[in-house]
Amino acid sequence: MGKVVITPEIIAEHGITPEEYQTILKILGREPRIVELGIFSVMWSEHCSYKNSKPLLRTFPTEGPHILQGPGENAGIVDFDERLAIVFKMESHNHPSALEPYQGAATGVGGILRDIFTMGARPVALLDLLRFGDPANPRTRRLVSGVIEGIADYGNAVGVPTVGGECYFSPAYDGNPLVNVMCVGVIEKDRITRAVGSGAGNLVVYYGNATGRDGIHGATFASTELTEESEDKRSAVQVGDPFMEKKILEVTLELIESNAVVALQDMGAAGLTCSTAEMAGRGGMGIRVDLDKVPQRAANLSAYEIMLSESQERMLAICEPAKLEQVRGILNKWDLDAHVLGELDASGLMKVYHRGELVAELPADKVSENSPVYEREARRPEYMDSIPDAANANLGPATDLKRELLEFLASPNICSKRWIYEQYDHMVQTQTLTPPGDNAGVLKIDGSRHSLAMAADGNGLYSYLDPFEGGKLAVAEAARNVACSGARPLAVTNCLNFGSPLKPEIFYQLSEAVRGIGAACKALNTPVTGGNVSLYNENPEGAIWPTPIIGIVGRLDRDVKPVKAGFPAAGLDVALIGPPARDLGGSEYVRWRTGKVHGPCPACDLDHERRVIEVLVAAANAGWLASAQDCGVGGLGVAVVESLLLGKPGLGLELDLGYVARGNEALRVEMFAETPGRVLISAAPDHYRQIQELCSKHGLPIALIGQTIQKSDQAAEAAHVGPELHGMQEPLLGNHDAELGIRHAPSGLRVRIGHLRNAYESRVSIFPPEKPVALYEA
Amino acid sequence: MKTAVVLFPGSNCEQDTVKAINAVGSSPATVLWHKDRVPVETDLVVLPGGFSYGDYLRAGAIARFSPIMQSVVDFANAGGLVIGICNGFQVLVEARLLPGALLRNEGLHFICKWVHLRVERSHSIFTRSEKSVVRIPIAHGQGRYFIDDDGLKSLEGCGQVVFRYCDEEGCTSVESNPNGSIGSIAGVCNEAGNVLGMMPHPERAMSEDLGSADGRTFWKSLLNGTLTQSH
Repeated sequence: MGKVVITPEIIAEHGITPEEYQTILKILGREPRIVELGIFSVMWSEHCSYKNSKPLLRTFPTEGPHILQGPGENAGIVDFDERLAIVFKMESHNHPSALEPYQGAATGVGGILRDIFTMGARPVALLDLLRFGDPANPRTRRLVSGVIEGIADYGNAVGVPTVGGECYFSPAYDGNPLVNVMCVGVIEKDRITRAVGSGAGNLVVYYGNATGRDGIHGATFASTELTEESEDKRSAVQVGDPFMEKKILEVTLELIESNAVVALQDMGAAGLTCSTAEMAGRGGMGIRVDLDKVPQRAANLSAYEIMLSESQERMLAICEPAKLEQVRGILNKWDLDAHVLGELDASGLMKVYHRGELVAELPADKVSENSPVYEREARRPEYMDSIPDAANANLGPATDLKRELLEFLASPNICSKRWIYEQYDHMVQTQTLTPPGDNAGVLKIDGSRHSLAMAADGNGLYSYLDPFEGGKLAVAEAARNVACSGARPLAVTNCLNFGSPLKPEIFYQLSEAVRGIGAACKALNTPVTGGNVSLYNENPEGAIWPTPIIGIVGRLDRDVKPVKAGFPAAGLDVALIGPPARDLGGSEYVRWRTGKVHGPCPACDLDHERRVIEVLVAAANAGWLASAQDCGVGGLGVAVVESLLLGKPGLGLELDLGYVARGNEALRVEMFAETPGRVLISAAPDHYRQIQELCSKHGLPIALIGQTIQKSDQAAEAAHVGPELHGMQEPLLGNHDAELGIRHAPSGLRVRIGHLRNAYESRVSIFPPEKPVALYEA
Repeated sequence: MKTAVVLFPGSNCEQDTVKAINAVGSSPATVLWHKDRVPVETDLVVLPGGFSYGDYLRAGAIARFSPIMQSVVDFANAGGLVIGICNGFQVLVEARLLPGALLRNEGLHFICKWVHLRVERSHSIFTRSEKSVVRIPIAHGQGRYFIDDDGLKSLEGCGQVVFRYCDEEGCTSVESNPNGSIGSIAGVCNEAGNVLGMMPHPERAMSEDLGSADGRTFWKSLLNGTLTQSH
């Protein structure tokens, strides 16, 4: 396809604007060849170049004494102990998952794993952040099962435990599901390998899967809105092979271990184009590759197709010629071949040959590092001024809070996500101290005395109400979750999921969210080490809720035992750190009850959040905390239930919310409001007094609200509503006779723990049974 | 006792298994590459969990043709101790060292969770000094043990069922059977008693802070035993 005439139509098809085309003409001093146009098209897509978000991302705080690698590499790196460092990053695979949920999600896992082991780190944990449309929408069910199965089949096979995540449903994600995956790895500091090519004459070595036609133009496709026609672009979705991934993981670590390679880069978005251009561009080098040397699994691939293919599980290494045999030996052991495509030179040019012909000749740095950057127009969206207030929401009288609590617990966004995470291997590598379902996943790290905590959070509803507060809250919540385990939050990665930045209202959301994230990261001393931007999450019906997702890693010092969410024993004081609830604005409860969005967005006090973290970390280090649970989505009411259900079987809890005004309406607000910065803790009475002192030293409100009690003396006569509940996989464990009692004038409420568990584990609202189900007998 | 853990491409529990053996055994385990042979002085061969060859075609179906498997079969036939855990069990079944088959879980999903196991052969070399009910996790998509009626009768008659899924009290039921295995079977041995296959992962239950230390007694019983006491 050497003689393709470049027409305005072809340029437009490549997603290149007329202005960008003028820039290309200027860079080359001539008309581009078709392969070159394809290269510019993928390298200058939002996915690879961040052209619309770069000016915003530059405002993030990115430095700190413990940050070994900030943004700009495959992943961020943070110092862990004398010998080890933590490598972590989050990536989205939203657009592919919308079209082909199984492969889209599977290859999303594959891509982020490669980002981590390409730097020389062994991946030790995955977290999955999922957003789907209305569960009542039949399309949602197909997406849910496809995405979860795709993640499970890939992550399980590679042998990396999934230790956390989120799954949230809202019509705002109809047509545009979000699949964000975070991967965390551990590396010996002297093994850190970067994707910077150096040394003229060094060889460019390709290994892994052969190249096919799959995924051609995946990166440009991921940077446009989804339409009906997108269905036709299905060939742009790649197919994953976790077995090959596991092999290249082991091979790559072995190559690094034996010092056989100078630099490494995986072929992810934009495939061979991106990996060659970036390796050369970052190192200020030139690169020459011969596409006839690329192993191919489809006949008659053109140069254009080879350069733009996004076939999965492919790696590119730079090695000294003298070490080629060593590289080959390691690859051959794993039944892989080393394909030498070309070499680095000092020319600064990226030169691509195919069938003896020069098909592309471009300045590498111009393509990879000097992409166009746009300052887009931002305009505050009008809807923000007409969001109804939760105080006026039609919630009805709060006559039966017990029924409301149970039904709320069974609702899609509140109920236990055990049905998801049990499909993921969360124990392989035998380091998982705190499994999924808790505030943070915690791993003991073999060879270190410290433990590693991680969490990822983001609330699209908050960001829709107020993107600035939403950005702050995403960081604050993830940090709080990590701190609940007793770990100090260290650094942040993020995934910014938004609509089209070309629309001023969307760009406003993006820039405000970025401003909020930056402010929170600064206040909490958790610099941003990198991340991913996923824009154009739109369909003809509109854009998704702006959804910034924040991933945080933290460290539990020395041999401190991780604190968990569950109450571990009877006789503990139960207390609430933080202010009383303010209002139901932005709460899942109001959204669930009314089906509508109500404000105001919960306001995030960063100084308060910082003090909460200090207190939690200090109390955990002193060994005073028996449990800690963040009051997140669903508020205090859901936090209390989770601490009971995750705790020791047979425990009951008596609460007295004496500080709440009389009447069920006030109690309802206290139970379900999502006022930020509230943490439910338990501690032995002696320790509670010390935590109280600690709080007053830090100027934090704390209220004693109850005690855990053992109710084993009661007969096991509790009604067992389990078997007729759809989706129940096993009989409910533990005693069902214990109760949660909330004393409150005039009536309060009492619920059996067994009923709470049935409701929480039921999933009835997501996968409705054929027969209606009673959550409890009246 | 000299222990060797086989590493197939796609295995992912071999390091966990080595860690477990080294935690309780007197001599460190060695890892055998699937193109190796079982060294003559070996006492115990472990086929670890994972997804050998991606579990493509069928779990264990390709691994049984791996170069090392002929020497594992010879080793087993000569009376050597062999354990297959999870994927290793699937390989042993495919290699016909153990009877029956492992089908997709009843719910068609991968399941990772803690289960209770009842030890049915408390005098076997694999389970000597074992508690009668242990807590050990499972993590598999194809773990539903199946065997035809005659096979099941002979298995039960010869006492070849080593572990069954059960509840905390040791009772078997539909609810405590996570994957629909026939007879709630979680692990079986061959007639001679020197080859064991089990779906649960004892190497993952090595300390209370990971959820249970019941796996320690399993490995201890095995590694500190002497071969002559096997029945």
